Amino acid sequence: MKTPADTLSVVVERDIAHPPEKLWRALTEPHLMAEWLMQNDFQPAVGRRFNLRTAPYGKWNGVIDCEVLAMEPRKSLTYSWDSGEGPLRVTSVVTWTLTPTAAGTHLRMEQSGFRSDQPQNFQGAKYGWQQFFANLEKMLARTE
Amino acid sequence: MKEMTAVQDALFRTLADPTRRAIFERLCRGGEQTVRVLTDHAGISQPAVSKHLGVLLQAGLVRGRHEGRQTHYSAQPGALAPLVDWTGSMVGFWQRRFDSLEDLLKRMDQ
Repeated sequence: MKTPADTLSVVVERDIAHPPEKLWRALTEPHLMAEWLMQNDFQPAVGRRFNLRTAPYGKWNGVIDCEVLAMEPRKSLTYSWDSGEGPLRVTSVVTWTLTPTAAGTHLRMEQSGFRSDQPQNFQGAKYGWQQFFANLEKMLARTE
Repeated sequence: MKEMTAVQDALFRTLADPTRRAIFERLCRGGEQTVRVLTDHAGISQPAVSKHLGVLLQAGLVRGRHEGRQTHYSAQPGALAPLVDWTGSMVGFWQRRFDSLEDLLKRMDQ
């Protein structure tokens, strides 16, 4: 049996001095998201695919492929977050959780990724080992 | 997101050889195997396969388990983690995004 500890994840939490309603707008309205996160074509609907776009960096085109996976207005929002190519491809899921506090909102962001111990999950289900090695080969050819 | 470290460099070098990479890939797909079984598929001599396994063992990509006179080799894909060490850089990324989010929320007040 594998344990959840095998899943790589990043958690950032902060107490925010603003109410959940206002924070929810900043997390879900495209023109507001663009101000703190990235340019985007987000729409608040489960199943909706969207992109986050930033400046290309090195071999990365700066595009993040996302899909809204779950949503409970003013409480939680989950979307997939896939970026990069070849061995640097990251497939992950970002979950925002908003908890009302006396002073405003406790905001929690968790980004969890592939399981490091399982080759079949290493690149996510849609990205097999074959593809991984093919891309590694291409990348090595470029770097040599 | 950052410059390639010595560890990443070593992993890339180890996997740069197509034959060695094929052996590693076979172990990832097929689970634990002996040198003889690997040789049947590799199209090279058993000593050559053993040599590649030695390099993979040294890089931590493969582990050997002795059973009687035979050694069973298995892949350690977790050793590839340095190639995708995104967790460290992502924490910094999100901290900066949280800062920007708080700035925005202040501006929304006005």
